[in-house]
Amino acid sequence: MNTIFFVLLCLLVLATFMLGRQRAVSMRNGSALLHSLPNYHGMLLGISALLVGLFVFVALAAPFPVIAPWAALAAAAAAAYAFFTRIGPDFRARNVFERITLAILLACSGIAILTTIGIILSVLFETGRFFAEVSPLEFFTGFQWSPTGSPPVFGFIPLLAGTLLITFIAMCVAGPLGLLAAIYMAEYATPTVRAIFKPVLEMLTGIPTVVLGFFAALTVAPFLRTSGQFLGLQVSAESALAAGIVIGMLLIPVISSLSDDVINAVPQSMRDGSYAMGATKSETIKRVILPAALPGIVSAFILAISRALGETMIVVMAAGLAANLTANPLESVTTMTVQIAMLLVGDHEFDSAKTLAAFALGFVLFIFTLGLNFVALRLVQKYKEQYD
Amino acid sequence: MNAPATFKAIVTPASPRIMAERQPKIVARDVDVFYGDKHAIKKLSIDIPDRAVSAFIGPSGCGKSTFLRAINRMNDTIPSCRVAGNITVDGRDIYDRDIDVVQLRANVGMVFQKPNPFPKSIFENVAYGPRIHGLAGNKTDLEEIVVSSLKKAGLFEEVKDRLQHPGTGLSGGQQQRLCIARAIAVNPEVILMDEPCSALDPIATARIEELIDELRQNYCIVIVTHSMQQAARVSQLTAFFHLGTLVEFGDTDEVFTAPQEKRTQDYITGRFG
Amino acid sequence: MTEKQRKVQAGNIARRYAAEKRFRLYGVAALTVTTAFLAVLLVDIVWRSLPAYLQYNAVMTVTVDASKIDPAKPAAGDFEGVVKAAWREQLPSVESRADRRLLNSLLSNAGGSELRRQVLADPSLIGKEVSVPVMLSDDADLYLKGVVTGVARATGDGPLQIRAEGENYFLSGRGIDPGAIVLAAGGAFKIAPEGSSAPAEVIAAPGPAAEVPAGQWQLLSFDTPETGRKIGDRQAVWLEMLRDKNVFERQVAWNFFLNGDSREAEQAGILGSIVGSLMVVFVTVALSLPVGVAAAIYLEEFAPKNRLTELIEVNINNLAAVPSIIFGLLGLAVFLSFFGMPRSVPLVGGLVIALMSLPTIIIASRAAVRAVPPSIREAALGIGASHQQAVFHHVLPLAMPGIMTGTILALASAIGETAPLLLIGMVAFIVDIPSGFLDSATVLPVQIYLWSDLPEKAFEARTAAAIVVLLVIMMVLNALAIYLRKRFERRW
Repeated sequence: MNTIFFVLLCLLVLATFMLGRQRAVSMRNGSALLHSLPNYHGMLLGISALLVGLFVFVALAAPFPVIAPWAALAAAAAAAYAFFTRIGPDFRARNVFERITLAILLACSGIAILTTIGIILSVLFETGRFFAEVSPLEFFTGFQWSPTGSPPVFGFIPLLAGTLLITFIAMCVAGPLGLLAAIYMAEYATPTVRAIFKPVLEMLTGIPTVVLGFFAALTVAPFLRTSGQFLGLQVSAESALAAGIVIGMLLIPVISSLSDDVINAVPQSMRDGSYAMGATKSETIKRVILPAALPGIVSAFILAISRALGETMIVVMAAGLAANLTANPLESVTTMTVQIAMLLVGDHEFDSAKTLAAFALGFVLFIFTLGLNFVALRLVQKYKEQYD
Repeated sequence: MNAPATFKAIVTPASPRIMAERQPKIVARDVDVFYGDKHAIKKLSIDIPDRAVSAFIGPSGCGKSTFLRAINRMNDTIPSCRVAGNITVDGRDIYDRDIDVVQLRANVGMVFQKPNPFPKSIFENVAYGPRIHGLAGNKTDLEEIVVSSLKKAGLFEEVKDRLQHPGTGLSGGQQQRLCIARAIAVNPEVILMDEPCSALDPIATARIEELIDELRQNYCIVIVTHSMQQAARVSQLTAFFHLGTLVEFGDTDEVFTAPQEKRTQDYITGRFG
Repeated sequence: MTEKQRKVQAGNIARRYAAEKRFRLYGVAALTVTTAFLAVLLVDIVWRSLPAYLQYNAVMTVTVDASKIDPAKPAAGDFEGVVKAAWREQLPSVESRADRRLLNSLLSNAGGSELRRQVLADPSLIGKEVSVPVMLSDDADLYLKGVVTGVARATGDGPLQIRAEGENYFLSGRGIDPGAIVLAAGGAFKIAPEGSSAPAEVIAAPGPAAEVPAGQWQLLSFDTPETGRKIGDRQAVWLEMLRDKNVFERQVAWNFFLNGDSREAEQAGILGSIVGSLMVVFVTVALSLPVGVAAAIYLEEFAPKNRLTELIEVNINNLAAVPSIIFGLLGLAVFLSFFGMPRSVPLVGGLVIALMSLPTIIIASRAAVRAVPPSIREAALGIGASHQQAVFHHVLPLAMPGIMTGTILALASAIGETAPLLLIGMVAFIVDIPSGFLDSATVLPVQIYLWSDLPEKAFEARTAAAIVVLLVIMMVLNALAIYLRKRFERRW
């Protein structure tokens, strides 16, 4: 039924376009001086039919599924007819049409806001239901997390600790490597070297996280385990270290490309000033360029942290499920994203606290990352303004 | 006058009077500079005296800034740039393998067209050079160098209460004097100035010109300028560049009143430029 | 500089240049480590994937028995039975029921599929003899590839005595140690733990033979003990005997590319998930490209500078950095729970991914529109075009290559997206290849995730091979984007 409706609507739109155009053309041939080109008359008819038809259909589809298509087609035809009667030398079809297009363009940009509102509302609503069952105090101060136990216990602290531990490990890997790579690429690399390493960094950005997760679980973790045994250390098969290192590798290009940008944005006159004083390249970098680019670099690090907090697949595949509260990177920890995924994969009804807990975690994660992103973007904007 | 015999033949019809009295500080012989395929400076030779202001004038793109940047090897930072020929400072070939560019630049300071203070405090801006070269033994020494450099640059009185404020917060003229203070903090012998006043208003310009005149007592100063009035006001010697060659070099009053070359005359009287 | 200062400076210079060199080295090291990581990752995955592209098939002459395959209804025929009969004929010396079951388990339970295909295509084959490749089970396949265990053969030194006492065989000869496996006289034995004094375990019954001369019998030994592998000693010996008879052929594993998912590793393929991915991407492009370009045009060309547009801009930038799993929550709560859309379908997957890629596409498109110089706009306005005409007739076509480049790059990352799709149920086990946007489906990265969790060794290679396919797709997309950028790059 719906398919037939859409086909009919399309035909109707096409027909109204032809009709409007035809009428305008014949008027022009009758030597009337039209304000707008015939095409605009046609397009105005077509788009009004399309929009009215879709609107009526969507509005009526739920309450009156049977008559909705027919009502929509009738309304569409009526809308087109209303404009059809107005076709004439003085009718400014183009202006009306352009106003409609502008409204459509605006609506499209509004979708971004709608998405955010959708995220906030959906997450907030379910989180509210969760906190009706579990007290927020218990959630935010609890030291035990076992959602599948009986009774289930929802203590958020071990998840937060696990998330932070893995993020910390990742930043220990990505921070120095990413920043040094960016500095080298921006200040030292010859065009040939750049041409070799830029694709490497870009490829690393493009590798899907599920691939990195596979690598972390099947190669890095066993490698760490074996090396640990060799050194006499007990390394868990799902150690925080393995997941952290691989997330770190994922973050290297994030940090390096953003830092590369901000380092390049430092004006050449700063470098000239320093070289003219007899500074070496590394002195110029360490004492002039990095301090100047600091806000931008900080924002690159913040964005990387936010990325690490929200990273899901690598930790789902390589980190553990057990919520241990530990700072030992060789042990297994779990993260917020792992728990969200685990609680929501498979069949679930929206009434259990288990499912709702995932939304509460999502809410916390969203607030964290949103805050970090906001700060980072403001910093980088301020920085850019400084040198524009 | 003890310039080599080739000097006269290649360069200028009239040697500046002032050269008869002193040793040249900077001597350039047959200098060529290329940017990729572009031949920016052609077979240029010149002798520049110590403790005097030499001005380079000429139309845009004539190579005067390029030559200036060749004197402290700032051109090294441009990958496509190549320099041939001979430039000596105090008799040492600065393009020699043994010469260290870092040491050279500490000795041959430079002030740029647009004031470019580092995004640091005023104090740190001036202390930068002594710090990287390790010239100050301790904190007191360093403070002394900073204060005396700021004094020499005529900026101290204006900023003494806010040495810890960012250098970028100063006015344009103050920033440029800060850059001059920064350059003289490492006690160079030569100061190169690349249109130091082009971004400044007339009052700030006058202040800088006064300063240049004071500094002339102790330094060899080379200034590139677009303003012929400025050249006439601050310099003792003037070199006129055109299309990558040195057309004329002589005492400023002579170059401006009785130029030897027709091209110089045309430029000075505004026929082209 | 004073003489003293010059000396101080000269004294420092060596230290300063050493610092310079060190610093430079740190940069080189950072790039090297990063590159090494990427190289290890790629080599590791390609290496792991190697066993998946080829598979061992038993190529046998099969009698298409009309009693098992009814010429009137060939589709309902017992092709597996026909194939298994031929398989058992290969080793007539395997006799007991239990042994036969073990032997049969070396074939895939879809081993007759090739025969079935041929017979259905040409029913006249019924009653004739056909030579067809028959798929082995994943374990047998891995054994033949040498992944399960290494196997060494030593030719027997000196004569071997075989003494038959009824059902029992006693072997003696040099190297006949407890647990040794002996191939002799067309049969195979495993020496009892007590040694040659006890009867040997018969793996395949031998022909009549009392003494086998030196050089005509073999000792077999495996690197991995029997407890550590899924292929037991008996099965391994049968496979070795059949390998000696040249029954096996290594052939391209088309299954992997042409099948949907399966519980049996040798039958599992990626076609279903690739089709699912294509559907998701189609929905994503259809939604996010027009909306993204429209939003970019509005924000860049028409938006007045006010609170609302500023809010939209901040919003888009922040949305681009929201973790993908949050979009999964959105899809779950809004599309599935609120609007009641079905789970696991490409339509919802595409919707979620479209919302996720939208900010990226808007940002890239805005940059492309901004890169068109104002002079073009002014030229159009100058000859009396309306603002919209100027934008749609002149600016947009010029910005299109940039927009396409940005969109392709956004799609490349959308194809690899996994986490949000887990939450909207695209993790189901789906054998059929989806045929519509409302069919249950999975996508390639989710398939990778699902397979990576399975314990069978053969799935590890399949997972790695699926990753290779995913990476190839992404590389092709990226190359396309680079080509577009180079081809249409304009310097204004």
